Amino acid sequence: MAEPILTVRDLHTHFIQDEGVVRAVDGTSFDVYAGRTLGIVGESGCGKSVTVRSILRIVERPGRVVSGEMMLRRADGRVVDLAKLPSDGAEMRAIRGGEIGLVFQEPMSSLSAYHTVGNQLIEAIRLHSKLSKRAARTRAIELLAMVGIPRPAQRVDAYSFELSGGLRQRVMIALAFAAEPRILIADEPTTALDVTTQAQILELIRRLQQERDLAVILITHDMGVIAEMADDVVVMYLGHEVEKGPVDTIFHAPRHPYTRALLQSIPSVLAEPRSRLATIAGSIPHPYARPSGCPFHPRCSEHIVGVCEKSFPAEIDIADRHGVACHLYTSNVEAAA
Amino acid sequence: MSAATSVLDVRELRKYYPIHRGMLSRLVGQVRAVDDVSFSIDRGETLSLVGESGCGKTTTSRCILRAIAPTSGEIRFRTKTGAEIDVARLSRQQLRPLREQMQMIFQDPFSSLNPRMTIAEIIGEPLLVNGMTDAGARNARVAELLQLVHLPSAYLNRFPHAFSGGQRQRIGIARALALSPSLIVADEPVSALDVSVQAQIVNLMLELQDRLGIAYLFVAHDLSVVKHVSHRVAVMYVGRIVEIAPTTALFETPRHPYTEALLSAVPVPDPRERAQRIVLEGDVADPSDPPPGCPFHPRCRYAVARCREEVPALTEISPGHAVRCLRANELDLRGVTAAAA
Repeated sequence: MAEPILTVRDLHTHFIQDEGVVRAVDGTSFDVYAGRTLGIVGESGCGKSVTVRSILRIVERPGRVVSGEMMLRRADGRVVDLAKLPSDGAEMRAIRGGEIGLVFQEPMSSLSAYHTVGNQLIEAIRLHSKLSKRAARTRAIELLAMVGIPRPAQRVDAYSFELSGGLRQRVMIALAFAAEPRILIADEPTTALDVTTQAQILELIRRLQQERDLAVILITHDMGVIAEMADDVVVMYLGHEVEKGPVDTIFHAPRHPYTRALLQSIPSVLAEPRSRLATIAGSIPHPYARPSGCPFHPRCSEHIVGVCEKSFPAEIDIADRHGVACHLYTSNVEAAA
Repeated sequence: MSAATSVLDVRELRKYYPIHRGMLSRLVGQVRAVDDVSFSIDRGETLSLVGESGCGKTTTSRCILRAIAPTSGEIRFRTKTGAEIDVARLSRQQLRPLREQMQMIFQDPFSSLNPRMTIAEIIGEPLLVNGMTDAGARNARVAELLQLVHLPSAYLNRFPHAFSGGQRQRIGIARALALSPSLIVADEPVSALDVSVQAQIVNLMLELQDRLGIAYLFVAHDLSVVKHVSHRVAVMYVGRIVEIAPTTALFETPRHPYTEALLSAVPVPDPRERAQRIVLEGDVADPSDPPPGCPFHPRCRYAVARCREEVPALTEISPGHAVRCLRANELDLRGVTAAAA
């Protein structure tokens, strides 16, 4: 495989508050490649959104990237560490919305209600290029056409509230493409949408990726969307990356008890009607009350007493490009050694 | 589905909202949120209403609970004494004694529980309102209800904020069960929950139904969840039922092109099943100005000339399987079936 565009190593993003420190992201590492989709999946509080917000350096206070590297290979070949750039400096601003485009979950609240779709696009285009207003407007119409909005020359003057949810999400995607991104970060891009609209938006992201050899980081809680879209997958639980690997391995040969349990608990249209679902005992702990050791141990059916509650397991490579952070495997490795 | 065993029988239910414009608020049109909807639910049965936002599934469920008054139609509810009452026409006063037999589970477990009340008060309130004034008897019933939803009775005196989303949803279910209803309307009861917790609540609802024989009207947009809970499924599009069938038939042999497209759009949690999706063009039709003929025709890949003119009627094509499509008998549609597993 070619060199990755973005390499994240041992990223830690913490929220330091009076009540305690929330380790929202606690040691995540992954690579992002052109033309491939990395899916980051997990339930609420797993740190998937904070991970991508760290990459863009838009973590809300009191959150902060406390350590780790995020090496971005820029278009001109230079490699910069996003963790070391000032979050509001010129270079970071050129990257954010420039080389890295972003699509959020809520197309309703992410677009301004006071400006037309066209004006928002023109602003984004002119922020990252030297186009005149007129040329930027032409470009805005092209972008709307590119994302499949019917009658783009008229819709450019529409307000976001005049558009349906699916069209708004298309506008969001057009905005992310205002400056020719090489990486597209999509944070739950279809969660607020109906299934048929979701299918349209996923199809659009896939087409744009193929046309431009785009790297995509897709954040979702939906294993179905991951199965549909991702090439590589990172599974997170309470700030930790518990397993990562190629999509087929994650779905057909998962090794971490959480990944296995999560896959079994998903309802499927292929299931027998009225069949019971496998469940994971308990619920996700509050971030201030994170269990010691491996944070999954209180809910884990294969929990090793005396080991799992004591220390967090190091991630080991169980096969080529397949990493797991679980004592079931580290202890085996030690025993074998 | 004989009338004797059905707990709810909805006939030609309509809910129109008027649109007023201009200085004199002239009536310029109406939004047909629910239009000619008929179905029945047997004792101990789950019927799911599915469809996309704005299809009228929630409006239908709110009419049945009489949270809103229907424009026309009948909502016949069979009470525990065996009497059949049309709740569509009752006044608030007349509805009161029926409320205990028809309960509701809400979508958002965070806003549907009063933060100032303890769990015992929340679950006990419907008992108190319905005349169980003896605190001892009430507490005993609350403890029994907690056990039913698998929550420890030690939680009785805690407040909702101490609980996770899944636990709150259990509390909401316990409250709905307090008066031993025969019908529970559940509007998206698991869509706000994380996957691992969602599975627990789905199983709990199935278990309670088997134990207590409650009927559910389950309103949801997630077809995967619907597959796990339903005996029968009704698909709605722009205020109308376009297809209604037993669960297996609906998923495996859909007969309406909209059902086919809806099923095809659901992502399957298996990367080896990246199927060819039917991607519907455009958006759901505007219920205040639906297209002529079949409201689905502008998005339908099988539409022919007469679909633009003729409004299809809901027609039974095999026992218990009805569809609103002019071409239902000529089309060979694709459902979802498990691969040779």
